[in-house]
Order: sequence, then C-alpha cells, then structure tokens
Amino acid sequence: MRSSAVPVLVVVLVLVVIWYIGAVLLNAPVLIDTYTRNNIAWTFPQLVLDAWSQTRPVLPSPHQVLIDLWNSTAGQAITSKRSLVYHAWVTLSATLLGFALGTALGIVLAVFIVHNWAADRSLMPWIIAKPDHPILAIAPMIVIICYNLLTGQNVLSQALHLDADSARLVSKALISTYLSFFPVVVGMVKGFRSPELIQRDLMRTYDASSWQVFWTLRWPIAIRTCLPP
Amino acid sequence: MSVVAANGLGLTFHTGDGDVVALSDVNLTIEPGEFVSFIGPSGCGKTTLLRVIADLEQPTSGTIEVNGMTPAAARKARSYGYVFQAPALFPWRTVEKNVALPLEIMGHDEAQKRERIARTMALVNLTGFERKFPWQLSGGMQQRVSIARALAFDADLLLMDEPFGALDEIVRDHLNSELLKLFAATKKTIAFVTHSIPEAVYLSTKIVVMSPRPGRVTDIIASTLPAERPLDIRETPEFLAIAHRVREGLRAGHSYEETA
Repeated sequence: MRSSAVPVLVVVLVLVVIWYIGAVLLNAPVLIDTYTRNNIAWTFPQLVLDAWSQTRPVLPSPHQVLIDLWNSTAGQAITSKRSLVYHAWVTLSATLLGFALGTALGIVLAVFIVHNWAADRSLMPWIIAKPDHPILAIAPMIVIICYNLLTGQNVLSQALHLDADSARLVSKALISTYLSFFPVVVGMVKGFRSPELIQRDLMRTYDASSWQVFWTLRWPIAIRTCLPP
Repeated sequence: MSVVAANGLGLTFHTGDGDVVALSDVNLTIEPGEFVSFIGPSGCGKTTLLRVIADLEQPTSGTIEVNGMTPAAARKARSYGYVFQAPALFPWRTVEKNVALPLEIMGHDEAQKRERIARTMALVNLTGFERKFPWQLSGGMQQRVSIARALAFDADLLLMDEPFGALDEIVRDHLNSELLKLFAATKKTIAFVTHSIPEAVYLSTKIVVMSPRPGRVTDIIASTLPAERPLDIRETPEFLAIAHRVREGLRAGHSYEETA
C-alpha cells in the first residue's frame, strides 16, 4: 500500500506545484497591465496572490477549481441545470443506453456468426479488422446527423415517433453503441466457440439438442468470457 | 440379449498423413451384469472402441449393436452413462447442479431430480458436498461427481474411459474399491478402459486385452476371482496368474516393442 501510494502522491504534488506556477505565469500579464493602468505600485508576492484569486483568470488555480467543483455539485439541487450531477447523468444515461444496445446487437450477431458458416467467413474479418475510425473526433457530426434523421421528415422518424429529448439521447447513445459493439461480438464468438470437445461429447451422450447445448453450455461460457463477473 | 455385440468391427481414420487403422476385426460381446475392462498400450484403440459403443465415432466396417439397437439409437434412448478421462464438470455449476445436468436435459421434474441427486451422491459417498463448486473438490472427488452424473439418469450401461488415469495410486486404490461396491450395489454393466494391469484384474469379470498397429483384440480373459474383492486380493496367486496372462496377451500383440 505505502510503496505504491508514495510515488503517486509525489507526482500529484509536483503537478499541483507546476499548476500553481503556471497560474502565476499566465495570469501575470493581465494583472500587470491593470496595475500599470491604475497606477498601482505592486510587489511580486502581491502579484502571486492576485494571480491565484483572479475572478476571470486565464488559468484558474487548483483551489479555485475545487471550490467551483464543490459549488456545482454539492451546492446545487441535483435537478438544477447548473448541477454537474445533473449533467453527469445526461452523459451517463446516453452511455448506458448505448452500451446496452451495443451489447444486445453484439450478442445477436455473435449467435448468428457461430451458427452460420457464411456469416462467419464474411463478417468476422471485418469485425476483427474493425476500421479504426477516429469515432470520437467525428462524434459531433454523427450526433447531429442521427438527430436530424430521427426527427426530420423521413420513414425512420415516422416509424419510431421519438420526441426531441429521446432523439437527442439515442443519437448520443449510438456513439457508445459503436464502441461497445465490436469487442462484444469478438468476445462472444470466442466464448461460444470455447466449449471443449469433451464437454460437447458429454452433451452428445445425453442426446442434447443444439438449443440445449446452447443454453446449458455455450451461453454460460460465452457470457463469462465476454463479461467476467 | 447382449448389452454390446460387435462383429468384425473396424475403424480406419483417414488423415492427411495417410490412413490410420484404429480398430481391426474386433469380435466381442458384453453380457448384462459384466464388468469388462479394455486394456492395452496407447494407440491400441481401446478408447476408440468405447467411443464407437457410445456412438461418438462411426465404425468403417463390421457391425455393432448396443442393447440390440444401433449405437445411434442406443444413444438417443439414453442407454448408457459415459465417464470421461477428465471430470468435465461445468465450473459455473455446483456439484448438485452438475449431477442434475443430464436430468435437466432429459426433462425430469424437480422432485425426481432431488431424489436422484440424493441417491447418486450417496452412491459415490459425496453426501454433504452438494453445494460445493467443482474447484473446491480434489481431483478424486471431482471424478466421483462425474460418475454420479453418469449414474443419475439410471442407464443400465456405464462406459468409463480411464476415469482414474489422472489420479495418484492411493486415491485410485480407494476409488477402485468404491467402484466395485457400486457395481455390486447397482447391478449395472460396466465397460472400463484402462492401461493399468492391476486395475483391470482387480475390477473386472472379463478382461479384453488389446494391441496396437492395428488396434485389435489379442485375448479375452474371464476372471476367476470371487465377486467380493478386498484390496489385498491383489497379492493372491490367483490374482497374479490372471495378471500374468494379461501380460502374456500384451506381449503376444507386440505391445511391449518399440515401434517408431
């Protein structure tokens, strides 16, 4: 415990010191400008203190950030739009919805791939060599395009009937859907394939149907391979 | 009716490296209530023969009947319980859920399941371990669970493929005498694959000696030992005489010769 905590604390301390020095360096030009315009004689210690407590700083100092963080979480009702907790939930709900969608789609596709030779041969290479789109870089575009598709005049929006809030949620969720989908497919396919010959032979001696083999053998193994408990 | 009747049975595997004759002209019957051991060195086809009986391999010549049916029909009728070399327990299931596995697949109701689990767990002396997970048990106990699982659905034939091969000799001795008690108590027919001469002689009412290249039967020995067999029966002249004949059978089949 002690051996790992000490180096980490030292690094954090160094970073905080650098941050405080940076706050002085970056905020000083504006302050010096103000002193000169108002003909105030200033000393270096005063400059440092002012730099760390400026109302609209170029770089806020660590304690200012902490105070503001405290005010925007514990200092607000969590339903307030000024509350960080509220905004964290907005982000988290989209992430969780996307994760659920991605996992569900991934599992369905994995089941399809292990039961269909053609799907295996045609889809697996694409999934493993997933084109590494800089998905987060183009995320704003994807969100806007999806939102417009879901709310505009088209077949999709008419079929789904989403209100503006749900459409906003879903279009953001699609980003995390995309991110969770590929690892889930690969993990589940690997899991579905991992029952050993001896276990499959055992099921065969019971004359188990492929449905029973799926639920009593392949599924429990795959879910443990893919999402370790 | 014989439990197993094989006539001119042969099996050739076609591999990229050429054909491998695993079994050649095997003639054999197993009668109800017999304990038949298949003994021979690796590659003599003893496991393959057991797998043919279980319909896990398909013979390429000759005929074989299990309970008067084809092996496939016998498997579909759940005529046998199979014990593999490894316990092959499902690690996410408790011991009792592992024993219940064949019962679930065969659609037994809850009351039947409970009754059969209790009965088979008692047969393998594992009462009290129902809620444990396989990794909490020793290798010998795991293999006993797998025997309980094979017994759970009350098939009359038990096929055992070197079930104690991975265990140390002390545990093995113990499980051998347990297996004899179980054999006496259940009146099942047992086909047992082993490469241990003492194990084969101690357990069997009939010993089938097999030899490799190609896998074939070189001798079939009916045991003269009494049904009641304490562990030290293995030092009696009668026991040693049978063991000697097994060794002779292996020698006649060139089992002791090195062939690359």
